[in-house]
Amino acid sequence: MRALRGYFAAQGFLEVETPARVFSPGQEVHLEAIPAGHGRHLITSPEYHMKRLVAAGYERIVQVCRCFRAEEAGPFHQPEFTMIEWYRAQGSMEDLMADCEAVIEAAARATKAWPTVPVPANRRGEGGQPVLALDRPFDRRTVRELFRQYADVALRGDESVDEMRGLAARAGCQVADDAAWDDVFYQLFLDRIEPHLGSGRPMFVSDWPLPLGALARKKPGDPLTVERFELYAGGLELANAFGELTDPVEQRARFTEEAALRRQRGRAVYPVDEKLLAALPHMPATCGIALGFDRLLMLVLGASSIRDILAFAHDEA
Amino acid sequence: MASYDTSDIRKGLKVMLDGSPYNVVEFQFIKPGKGAAFTRTKLKNMLTGGVIERNLRSGEKLEPANVETKTMQYLYKEGESFVFMDTSTYDQVHIPDETIGDDANFMPEQIVVEVLFFNERAVGVTLPNFIEQKVMQTDPGFRGDTATGVTKPARISTGATVPVPLFINEGDTIKIDTRTGEYLERVGRA
Repeated sequence: MRALRGYFAAQGFLEVETPARVFSPGQEVHLEAIPAGHGRHLITSPEYHMKRLVAAGYERIVQVCRCFRAEEAGPFHQPEFTMIEWYRAQGSMEDLMADCEAVIEAAARATKAWPTVPVPANRRGEGGQPVLALDRPFDRRTVRELFRQYADVALRGDESVDEMRGLAARAGCQVADDAAWDDVFYQLFLDRIEPHLGSGRPMFVSDWPLPLGALARKKPGDPLTVERFELYAGGLELANAFGELTDPVEQRARFTEEAALRRQRGRAVYPVDEKLLAALPHMPATCGIALGFDRLLMLVLGASSIRDILAFAHDEA
Repeated sequence: MASYDTSDIRKGLKVMLDGSPYNVVEFQFIKPGKGAAFTRTKLKNMLTGGVIERNLRSGEKLEPANVETKTMQYLYKEGESFVFMDTSTYDQVHIPDETIGDDANFMPEQIVVEVLFFNERAVGVTLPNFIEQKVMQTDPGFRGDTATGVTKPARISTGATVPVPLFINEGDTIKIDTRTGEYLERVGRA
């Protein structure tokens, strides 16, 4: 942790703190916030408040904080976990990738794991490498390239649900009867693609289809793709980054759409964060990223379960 | 029968997939960033033994497999089938040759096995891992020939032939691993 803070300080980042109990814990369809009394919930991520700070003129900020997500527990998930989240106003997605490479190097050096780390068997996909090389540069691939390579699917991003089902069936995937667009996408992704990612060396998976980029801006010249990347390494999904959406009109439309989806799936609907929407017009072009600190430790320590790197897992609290 | 939800998935849960019964061998909670939760499962086909992987989205329904194992004793062979008796109810069932397959090699009369039923029909047997059998016939070994790894065939009561070391004589009792068909040790002398 000291090594990581050192990196961000050297890069001119200001370390900030934002509230843990909030009125709008994030409208993402698949996240469930934990109620915290008086109409508030615990944050699922510090994203909204950090963006308000960026809009207020803080160009490089970083935060290390606990995030809370109900219903998540497994070898790679805990309902309460530590996130490192940072924003670079005027920065590019390429800058964030360079940050990730440097952060992982710093963590690996601090734990004497540099330049290779072991990957335990349960984190290896089929034919996955037992060792991960952490030297730069990491692999860089787009979602479309990966779909073409591993699932033989030419993905556009504006397919109907039925069209997606057809593609999945052709690739030999079994999809649930009530699957929505993103469910079919992830069925294909998990069945055919994800087991190949970040084996041998870490991989940035970029250019996600529009339906999967809630707070990301569209890519210039490609309205069906958003500026988003995920970092995969040794069977772990380590980080998610967005070229931040700063258009309040489009952001409101996406919030509304997600709220509708949540209602339709019987999930709690949280209020739209009006303060964030009011701040967006003042926000410069910004890229932001969240990296799971617990998983970073798993990566550099070669742990097979998140429990192995925690002093107290959620059921030992 | 009530159906299962992905949250019911446990090791050993028996479910129907594509018309076949499967046994859950492994499972793991996974959740891609920005996506729904899935359960990654490894399932073993209870009829063929084949193992498949399947990612099931949370909330997907699974039909329980109508399978049951009964402890039964193999009595005797009758024509094209084997006759078994349920050791608790004394009911007898006939199981055809093709269902037993190669397991017949190491299934002497009187042996107690686990019989798997799927939709009330016997679909396979699980033998004990080890059986002890008397050698019915084998050629005498040559005295002094003790090189390791040298074997000769020995026939047991089921008619199966097992490669055994040269010092084994007719009438000796030997221990056999039913999963590999290999001789393990001599447990009694003629």
